Amino acid sequence: MAVRQETTRYVESFDQLDTHAAANGQAWLRPIRRAAIARFSELGFPTTKDEDWRFTSVAPIAQTAFARPVDDQAKPAPHELEPFVFSGLDCHRLVFVNGRYSPRLSSLGEPPGVKVGSLARAITAERGLLERHLGQYAGFHEDAFCALNTAFLEDGAFVYLPRGTVLEVPIHLLYVSTETAEPIITHPRNLVVAEEDCQATVVEDYVSLGDGVAFSNAVTELVVGPNGVLSHYLIERESVQAFNVSTLRIQQGRSSSVASHSVLLGGALVRNNVHPVMAGEGCDCLINGLYMATGRQHMDNYMKVEHASAHCGSRQFYHGILDGQSRAVFHGRIIVHKDAQKTDAKQTNRNLLLSEDAQIDTKPQLEIYADDVKCTHGATIGQINPEAIFYLRSRGMAKEAARALLLFAFAEECLQRMKIEPIRKYLEGLVAKWLPQGMLLEDSR
Amino acid sequence: MLEIKKLRVKAGNHEILKGVDLKVNAGEVHSIMGPNGSGKSTLAQVLAGRETYEVTAGEVTYDGKNLLEMAPEVRACEGVFMAFQYPVEIPGVNSTFFLKAALNAIRKFRGLEELDAMDFLSLAKEKMKLLDVDEKLLNRSVNEGFSGGEKKRNEIFQMAVLEPRLCIMDETDSGLDIDALKIVAKGVNSLRSPERAIVVVTHYQRLLNYIIPDFVHVLLDGRIVKSGGKELALELESKGYGWVEAEAAVSR
Repeated sequence: MAVRQETTRYVESFDQLDTHAAANGQAWLRPIRRAAIARFSELGFPTTKDEDWRFTSVAPIAQTAFARPVDDQAKPAPHELEPFVFSGLDCHRLVFVNGRYSPRLSSLGEPPGVKVGSLARAITAERGLLERHLGQYAGFHEDAFCALNTAFLEDGAFVYLPRGTVLEVPIHLLYVSTETAEPIITHPRNLVVAEEDCQATVVEDYVSLGDGVAFSNAVTELVVGPNGVLSHYLIERESVQAFNVSTLRIQQGRSSSVASHSVLLGGALVRNNVHPVMAGEGCDCLINGLYMATGRQHMDNYMKVEHASAHCGSRQFYHGILDGQSRAVFHGRIIVHKDAQKTDAKQTNRNLLLSEDAQIDTKPQLEIYADDVKCTHGATIGQINPEAIFYLRSRGMAKEAARALLLFAFAEECLQRMKIEPIRKYLEGLVAKWLPQGMLLEDSR
Repeated sequence: MLEIKKLRVKAGNHEILKGVDLKVNAGEVHSIMGPNGSGKSTLAQVLAGRETYEVTAGEVTYDGKNLLEMAPEVRACEGVFMAFQYPVEIPGVNSTFFLKAALNAIRKFRGLEELDAMDFLSLAKEKMKLLDVDEKLLNRSVNEGFSGGEKKRNEIFQMAVLEPRLCIMDETDSGLDIDALKIVAKGVNSLRSPERAIVVVTHYQRLLNYIIPDFVHVLLDGRIVKSGGKELALELESKGYGWVEAEAAVSR
C-alpha cells in the first residue's frame, strides 16, 4: 500500500503540470509525458529486489514528499556562485536555480551557428529538433527515474552543434539548489545534439547553497554524430542532504569518440547511470570516474556500455575512496550485441577503504552475443599500500603526508584522464580538500 | 656513527637476526655479505625503520641516539638512507614532486631553507647527469614502469639528491648489467666522504670491484660470523660461503 502512495503523489502532481503545460504551448510533448507518467505509475520506485538496484535502496527518496520548487529569480546573488567557477577557463555557462534556467546568472557567448540555451525555450522554439531527438535515446520503459524525469521535464540545457563545429569553450551547466523550507524535487533534462564532425565539452555540475534537502533527478541525452569528439563531465558536489540520480545516455555515430568523466563527492544518495551506445562502427568510448564518500553517503555507479556495432572500443576506469560508514556500488555492465565483432571492452574498478565500516559492492556483468571480441574486467578492494607508505617515509615524508599523497595519487589516476587542464586542476583542488590531511598537498599540483 | 649491539629481530614467529654486532664509523665503507636468507635485507630494513619486523633485543645507536625509537621519516631527516632492493612503484605520484617534498622535509628538519622548483630542478639535473638517469624519469610516476636497472639507478639518484650521512644499499647490484653496475658505483663513490658512511649489502662480490670496501662482514644465519678487509670478499667469491659456515659451526 505504501508503494502506491509513493507513486500516487507524483501522478497527482503530474495532473496539475499537464493542465498547465497544455496552456503553455507544450502540447506536442503531452503524449510523451503521459506515456512516461503511466509507465512510472506501473513501475513504481525500484527496490533492492531489482537486480539493477540490488545494493541501493531508494526508500529515502521514495518516502520523501518532495515539493516542486517555487520559482524565485531573486536568489542567489551572482557572487554566491563564484566558488563554483573554474578559474582560468572561459565557459558558456548556463545556471539553473532549483531546476529553472536563470538568464540573469548565466553567461552565454554566441558561437556562430551553435544553439545553446534553455530547454524550456527550445521546447517551443526548436520543436523540430526536439521532436527528432528528445526522449529518443533515454528510454523510460525500464527505468522509473527516467520515466519520472520525462513526465516532469520542463527545463535544462539544449545544445545543438551543426556539422563541423569545433567548440573550444566548454559548456558549463551549473545546477544550483538553494536552501528551501521543504524538500524539493527537480528534473533537469539536457539534450546535446552534435552533428557530424563536431568537437565539444559539456560539464554538468550539481552544487548546493545551504543545507536544504533537494532531489535532482536528471537525464542527459548526448547525441554524437559521425566522427565527433565529445567530452562530458559530471560533477556531483551537493550537500550531504541531497539526493541525485543522474542518467547520461550517449548515442555514438560512426567513428566518434566520447569521454564520460564523473567525479562524485557530494550527496547523501547518489546514483550515477552512464549508458553509452556505440551505434556506429569504429567508435571509442572512455568511461572514467572517481567517487569519494564518507559519513553515511551512498554512491552507486551503474554503467551500461553497449557495443552495438563492430570495431568499437570502450574503456571503463572507476576509482573509489570510501571512509566513515559510507557505501558505494560499482555495477559495470557490458553488452556486446551480435554484430559487434572485434569489440575491445575493458573495465577496471579499484577501491580503497579507509575505515572498517565503509563498504563497496562491485559487480561486473558481461553479456556477449558476438564471437570475436575482447572483454576484460577487474576489480580490487584494498587499503593504501603499506609498502608505498614506508617508501615515502623512508625518504623523509611524514606519515600523514605520505598517506595523503598516496590517496591523492589514487584519485589522480582518474583525474589525469581529464584533458581540460583548468577543470582538472579545479577538481584536483576539490579532491585535495576532501582528503584527510589534504592540505599537506598544497603544492603537489 | 652507527653502532649495533646484540640485535635480535623477529618476523612473525621466526627469528631472523640472532644477535648482530656491528660498528660503522664516519668515512668508512662496509660490506655485508652472506647467502640468501642469512638476514642481510632484514638488517638493512630494520635500520631504515620497517615496521613489519619486531626488534626483540639489542640496541642500535646512530650518532649516539637511539635509532630504533625514531620513525622512518625521522631517520631519513637525521641522514639515514636505504636504497631498496625492490623499489616500490607508486602510480600517480610524480617523481619530481615526491623527491622535492622529501628533500624539503629533510632540509626543514635540518633548519635549512626549502628549495624552490627552479633550484630543485637544477640540483636534480646535475645528479641525473652523474648517474646517467634519463631526465624524462622526473616527469613519470615514482618507479612506475621503470626497468629493473632504472629502478636501481633511481634509488642511487635519490641518494645523491638527499645527501644522507649513512647510506645503506640493499642488494642494489642484483639484476644490474656491468654498465649499470659501473654507473651505480660511480654515483656511490662520488658520495664517499669523511663525514659519510656507506653500508653495502650484497650477495655477490662483483659490485665491490667498483666500490672498494674498508671492511667486509659475513652474515650467516642471523649473526656476523666473520669480518675482514676487502680481501675477504674475494675469498668468498672464489670459495663460496661453505668454508665460513664450517668455521662458524666449529666456533659455536
